[in-house]
Amino acid sequence: MTPISLSPRRRAWQRFRRHRLGYWSLILFVGLFALSLCAELLCNDKPLVVRYQGQWYFPLVQTYPETVFGGDFPTPADYLDPFLRQRFAEPGNFALYPPNHYSFNTLNYFAPSPNPAPPSVENWLGTDDRGRDVLARLIYGFRLSVVFGLVLTVIGVVIGVITGALMGYFGGRFDLVSQRLIEIWSSMPELYLIIIFASIFDPSLWLLVVLLSAFGWMGLSDYVRAEFYRNRTLEYVRAARALGLGNRQIMGRHILPNSMTPVITFLPFRMSASILALTSLDFLGLGVPPTVPSLGELLAQGKGNLDAWWISLSTFAVLVITLLLLTFMGEALRDALDTRKADAP
Amino acid sequence: MTAQSPLLTLDNLTVSLGNARPVAGISFSVAAGETFALLGESGCGKSMTALSILRLLPDVASIESGRVSLAGQELQTLPEAEMRRQRGREVAMIFQEPGACLNPVLTIGQQIGESLALHRKLKGAVAKAAAVELLQAVGIPDPERRWSDYPFQLSGGMKQRAMIAMALAGEPKLLIADEPTTALDVTIQAQVLDLLARLQRERGMAMVLISHDLGVVARMADRVGVMYAGQLVEVASRDRFFDAPAHPYAQMLFAALPEAQRRVGRLATIPGRVPPLDALFVGCRFADRCPKVMDVCRRQAPPWKTAGEGQQMRCHLDTPAQLHRTEIIVETAQEDASPAAHLPLLQVTDLQVHFPIRRGLLQRTLGHVKAVDGVSLSLAPGRTLAVVGESGCGKTTTAKALLHLIKPSAGQVQFRGTELTGLSAKALRQARAGMQMVFQDPYASLNPRMRVKDIIAEGMDALKLPGDRIRQIGELLQQVGLAPDMTERYPHEFSGGQRQRIAIARALAVSPQLLVCDEPTSALDVSVQAQILNLLKDLQAQRRLAYLFITHNIAVVDYLAHEVAVMYLGRIVEQGTADEILRDPRHPYTAALIAAVPSLVGEKSAGGAVIAGDMPSPANPPQGCHFHPRCPKADDTCRRRYPEAKSLSETRVVHCHWA
Repeated sequence: MTPISLSPRRRAWQRFRRHRLGYWSLILFVGLFALSLCAELLCNDKPLVVRYQGQWYFPLVQTYPETVFGGDFPTPADYLDPFLRQRFAEPGNFALYPPNHYSFNTLNYFAPSPNPAPPSVENWLGTDDRGRDVLARLIYGFRLSVVFGLVLTVIGVVIGVITGALMGYFGGRFDLVSQRLIEIWSSMPELYLIIIFASIFDPSLWLLVVLLSAFGWMGLSDYVRAEFYRNRTLEYVRAARALGLGNRQIMGRHILPNSMTPVITFLPFRMSASILALTSLDFLGLGVPPTVPSLGELLAQGKGNLDAWWISLSTFAVLVITLLLLTFMGEALRDALDTRKADAP
Repeated sequence: MTAQSPLLTLDNLTVSLGNARPVAGISFSVAAGETFALLGESGCGKSMTALSILRLLPDVASIESGRVSLAGQELQTLPEAEMRRQRGREVAMIFQEPGACLNPVLTIGQQIGESLALHRKLKGAVAKAAAVELLQAVGIPDPERRWSDYPFQLSGGMKQRAMIAMALAGEPKLLIADEPTTALDVTIQAQVLDLLARLQRERGMAMVLISHDLGVVARMADRVGVMYAGQLVEVASRDRFFDAPAHPYAQMLFAALPEAQRRVGRLATIPGRVPPLDALFVGCRFADRCPKVMDVCRRQAPPWKTAGEGQQMRCHLDTPAQLHRTEIIVETAQEDASPAAHLPLLQVTDLQVHFPIRRGLLQRTLGHVKAVDGVSLSLAPGRTLAVVGESGCGKTTTAKALLHLIKPSAGQVQFRGTELTGLSAKALRQARAGMQMVFQDPYASLNPRMRVKDIIAEGMDALKLPGDRIRQIGELLQQVGLAPDMTERYPHEFSGGQRQRIAIARALAVSPQLLVCDEPTSALDVSVQAQILNLLKDLQAQRRLAYLFITHNIAVVDYLAHEVAVMYLGRIVEQGTADEILRDPRHPYTAALIAAVPSLVGEKSAGGAVIAGDMPSPANPPQGCHFHPRCPKADDTCRRRYPEAKSLSETRVVHCHWA
């Protein structure tokens, strides 16, 4: 017996850590996501800090008109304008640009080559057919995909767990009726609904979240329902009832923690499914509006410009790596939560 | 037995499983027609020994060294194809769980036919005839019809018989029976043991019987080998072993058995637990738990010694240990001598639990399973009422209905003078604190994700009881014999017996007056069972607890109970004090239950099955007296009319026309 008692959750975490591939996938994925969260500092057409004529300016947080830097128009400054860059290069002045000088929707009006342009020193992964930097769109697109996947997963898990728990715990007629309603709901043609809604409303990210969430919870609720159905007959649940605990306490403290295995195991797979769904819809043009950076839209561009290999190849690589990392994590999680596996190292 | 050359010989067999050696140098031999019993607690390597004979060890385990020879044939060096021919034809095996060993999608006939085709090259009509003959031989009624039945259509006892028929299909010379009756009821166990003994006699088969049950061993064995921590510690003839067990471990196993004569005393317990098999053993493996331990025991592995005629033990003692009762029995608990002089704590009147049978699209109710059908009980503070009966007779359902974990269909439950039926959910939760339940399976009754302190504190918190939780939990743990510093641990770190103690502490936390114990020791080894029974007895004396004790183990009833109620098909057939019921059973069913328990004293094969057949389905109980189809005394009256209650004494009621 070990002197320190580890909770089942901690032991699962230790088993996960022993799964090298999954563990490093998690670290890499979290690292990439954290980097992409700072995308504004990495890919931006505005300098981070400007020192101009003895004064500090922070274009990231404040919009300055061009006149501030000696331009002619009171419009927001275009920091890629060779004129402005020249002013910043004067002695005493300086501008600290991010590593990549382009944001996801920056159009470089001063580009030397026609669009889509192949990779160059200026655009590391080239530009798309409208002259936007591919690297910037990839980083912003990755961030959007992951956030979208997370939001969709969280909403799906919350709805799925609650409905599954109620059905499994109370059973009987409530379960019977709810199951039939779910069957009816799940037979609605999801894709057509999205197409119809996309033609009625302006395409937006939130519309997609609502539509996909409305259908995304049902698979999970089945698993949770089955777990609750099984666990509510276990003896420690009976013992809890005999002790005088209420339904909410029994569900929350005794059944739910012991029913989370399928939920947690499916988390990475649900995320990758959500990301794929968003990508596919964008690819078909049914997803987010075209100004929003998205991997699906880049894939569609790659298909439209087959000779511009840098678009399709780089997008493909980002997608494959993202989904692969999620799959590795999912496998490791599944092993970690498999109670039949021994704890021995 | 006779001095012919042995059929099966194991010579210094060692099985390794990772770092552990579940079988560490086992040697024994079995002659043709002989029954050799391997006896020991769980985790001693009995099943591993059996599986290594058939070379059916799990993938992670392998035979490290030693020899297994069957009829002169070395088994461990045979090529796998050759070994396959040995299995089933030379050696057959039957397992503990008959339900899990039959393929649910094949008929019984197909499964026996498989073995017949493989080993005896029988096909078609000849095979069917042979299969039907086998089913007949194992005592399955109407074998022609059963031949085409699927496993789910058979009861547990019938499945075990079908398993035996399958094992016999290859006409093996050796049958390995791994706890063949542990999953069965005591009356069915008696039938199956009878069957095995008869088949063995008729066919001259040798048998290796694996069991933890001294009674089963006494009934079946010619010779006995006691296993402890992967080694044999004693080998003796059956008579010699049951007369005078030599090894301290064997003696303590006997002392731990609950029997009536120990009613006023405490049961002997073996301190500690079986050591983990990956430990490095230097001295005697039993040294840490042995009351006769000497210096040499810890330094040196003991040699084999002759303890008596045909009796060998592995022990440093020169003569058999001679543990006296005084040494084993620690103290005498005080018995509450005044019987039901109090107002009853619990009064149950005509309790019924009927489950509707629903069929079809509209779920119409077509009938009822009368799981509990008019049960009346009464229990005074500080007393123990045992409810006995075979599985499926409604014991557990009765208990759950008492606590209103299942809603009773009719009847009254009065607890401390309060009527429980019809209480609101909230009032019921408060009332339930006075009656708690201890469950059968200590592995399923504790939430694996909660620490011990949270498990115990939960009930107190739910009822908002006042007090200093940490001190209360420490005291409770001490009362159930656990160290108070175990509060931060999780259930998986405890053994079965310790878990059952935690479950008892959880129940005691809300200071109940009634504890409903649903087979609390049936999942535990004999020595651990003794610990738990002692604990329950002590707690009863300290707290004047009343117990409703549900069990199928008559020995436990004898040790613990003041009153006994015998249930059959949802009704109580006989009720009275423990002495009345157990010494002088008046209902034929009670008599059969008691007779079916294998006895340790007397001749081998003494006792045996008194009643035939299985319990009928409670959905469709027989007309008249429910017991009449199995009753040796039944006549026309029994077939027509359910017997009225007859009072034989102040405390005793029997439902039988013949009483």
